Amino acid sequence: MAPVGPRSGDAIFSSIDRVNAELFTLTYGAIVRQLLTDLEDVDEVNKQLDQMGYNIGIRLIDEFLAKSGVSRCVDFKETAEMIAKVGFKMFLGVTASVSSWDADGTCCSIILEDNPLVDFVELPDTCQGLYYCNVLSGVIRGALEMVSMKTEVTWTRDALRGDDAYELQVKLLKQVAEEYPYKDDE
Amino acid sequence: MAAIYSLYIINKSGGLIFYKDCGTKGRMDTNDCLRVASLWHSMHAISQQLSPVNGCSGIELLQADTFDLHCFQSLPGTKFFVVCEPGTPHMESLLRYIYELYTDYVLKNPFYEIEMPIRCELFDINLTQAVQSDRVALLGR
Repeated sequence: MAPVGPRSGDAIFSSIDRVNAELFTLTYGAIVRQLLTDLEDVDEVNKQLDQMGYNIGIRLIDEFLAKSGVSRCVDFKETAEMIAKVGFKMFLGVTASVSSWDADGTCCSIILEDNPLVDFVELPDTCQGLYYCNVLSGVIRGALEMVSMKTEVTWTRDALRGDDAYELQVKLLKQVAEEYPYKDDE
Repeated sequence: MAAIYSLYIINKSGGLIFYKDCGTKGRMDTNDCLRVASLWHSMHAISQQLSPVNGCSGIELLQADTFDLHCFQSLPGTKFFVVCEPGTPHMESLLRYIYELYTDYVLKNPFYEIEMPIRCELFDINLTQAVQSDRVALLGR
């Protein structure tokens, strides 16, 4: 039962309970739609989706670690690969690729070719500023924060807005040391 | 027959969020449990400082003549530890399995507030099953 090392995203994906993809996609659509009705402002909806994602992320990280058997990553590069190859596969059933690293290895892009959240979505003219999948950026931010990485996650490409793929830019702002004793001024 | 005495979960700041007695022996009252939890939290932190090399993740096993204490700390900082009779096998796998149960039945419960004491019946039921000695042996395989 004890995992002897990191398991592959495929192995985990096939071993956990799943729901019908359409139910998932439609449920997410209903949530976004309801938020638009309630908040009446696209920017507010973006913010709310991000916050919801954050709340999911801070819980999801534990499941990710428990079921994947992944231990501490040596650097941010490995972390990004883990998110793309294991995380996305485990929870969404798709793999993402990591690219566009900056020189000091603190900023990269995660590119999603296939995105199950948007299967039936066409963005109307009234919602042009909407980041429909903004929940995902919140999830990544929340999850990384729980393993002491402060990040900023933004959409740089969005196929619903006419780009050719979904691209998330993940920027490492600060790595908080988790060792005791905490400094007095923290 | 080796037995598990009790099981603890402590949050990032050292507060006891879950305690369970698993047998008739080694029972403790609430105050003692809280004391053990906060003691262990501090000792675990101190043990990291004792390491001559960097990157120590703290005590994993404490052995004494009357008990063993096995501890597992998840990366986000929640600690799970089990107190058992000396020499009880398969405790590492049990702790990892409890971590999975915690993610499934505690964290996924929308009404559970993170870092707060755990009062989730499903978690309790599954945990009780997991600590039954025949189940523990199964985990070892």
